[in-house]
Amino acid sequence: MPNLKDLKNRIASVKSTRKITKAMQMVAAAKLRRAQDAAEAARPYTERFNAVVGALAASVEGSESAPRLLAGTGADKTHLLVVMTAERGLCGGFNANIAKLAKAHADRLRGDGKTVKVITVGKKGRESMKRNYSDLFIDHIDLSGVKRLGYGDAAAIAADVLKRFDAGEFDVATIFFAKFNSVISQDPTAQQIVPAKFDAPEEGGSTLYDYEPGEEEILADLLPRGVATQIFAALLENAASEQGARMSAMDNATRNAGDMIDKLTIEYNRSRQAVITNELIEIISGAEAL
Amino acid sequence: MRFELVSPERRLASVDDARAVRIPGADGDLTAMADHAPAVTSLRPGILVVETALGEESYAITGGFAEIGADVTVLAERAIATSEMTQEVFDDWVAEAHLAHEEARGRTGEEADGALDSAAKLLSDMVAIGGHIGLDPKQPNL
Repeated sequence: MPNLKDLKNRIASVKSTRKITKAMQMVAAAKLRRAQDAAEAARPYTERFNAVVGALAASVEGSESAPRLLAGTGADKTHLLVVMTAERGLCGGFNANIAKLAKAHADRLRGDGKTVKVITVGKKGRESMKRNYSDLFIDHIDLSGVKRLGYGDAAAIAADVLKRFDAGEFDVATIFFAKFNSVISQDPTAQQIVPAKFDAPEEGGSTLYDYEPGEEEILADLLPRGVATQIFAALLENAASEQGARMSAMDNATRNAGDMIDKLTIEYNRSRQAVITNELIEIISGAEAL
Repeated sequence: MRFELVSPERRLASVDDARAVRIPGADGDLTAMADHAPAVTSLRPGILVVETALGEESYAITGGFAEIGADVTVLAERAIATSEMTQEVFDDWVAEAHLAHEEARGRTGEEADGALDSAAKLLSDMVAIGGHIGLDPKQPNL
């Protein structure tokens, strides 16, 4: 039987753990709201952007002068995977799920005889990708100093990716992040950003626009921005997903700690009672012996 | 005429009854009024002015494009109301353009001239914004 003092100490330590997880859950909830607001605020830009660029892209599709960012390099040899995860752990399966998807993707590509390169954004993803794919790992982008994600952060990542594309380091780039559905569900997602892919423009929206300067000039100007826009949207989704995942993970932890405290308290009370009973028996049998 | 100015981070302006919007297009300024022919133009760094019944609002914008149809939508990579523009923000913008210019100057190859020209244009457009708002570009004129 564990002694009373030990039990008491354990209960106290689980209680303080519960306090910490509870606090983390509340912090995550507040941050989640902010992250969702930011994602919400970015949506009109992304939607309009994709609609206009999508329509433009459809009109030059197949033409020989289509920009390389749209048409691709013509090869499908080297793939760049940009794996975006959180800077911090304690958020359930969030980081692991993204890394798992990226690994499955990398293994499949390698099975097809393609070359794979990996860039990570976020410390947690780097740790798990580096363990298995240290030979494929080419760069890491650190966002740990960033308090509030801005478009500038995404633009910097995009500039890095585009520079590598211009240098001919890869043919296809894919980003990995988690799409935010709700607090309890985040979908790890792979999205190809180079060559750019757009949803087919909806029918009926076929206003004939004058393009100034020309369609291709505008496209050449906008496609690199499109990469940054997509990365920005993905970063924002990721931030919301991270906080959502942390919130539900901490909620679970808090509940588990509560259950544990209940169990330990019952055990503690039982042992205490046993000790009292024992003492009584000793006193009574001592009195009888007299 | 409905007018919207959107940056990646937020929606800066949404006006239902704009009379005219003066847009710094890549090929020159243009003014969009009601029933303008549908057009899409890319932007150069400059000042965008919206005229409404209540007066004028102006914004410093860089990069992106404007879509003119029944509504006018301007998607700018960076946008800030000129009244909120400070010397620090402006310095950042100019320094960035300057950096791009320096980098283009260091480049060689067949596209180097074009890149240098467009970087120089970007820089001078950026410097011109300061002139419009009355901020010091702290850069030698090109």
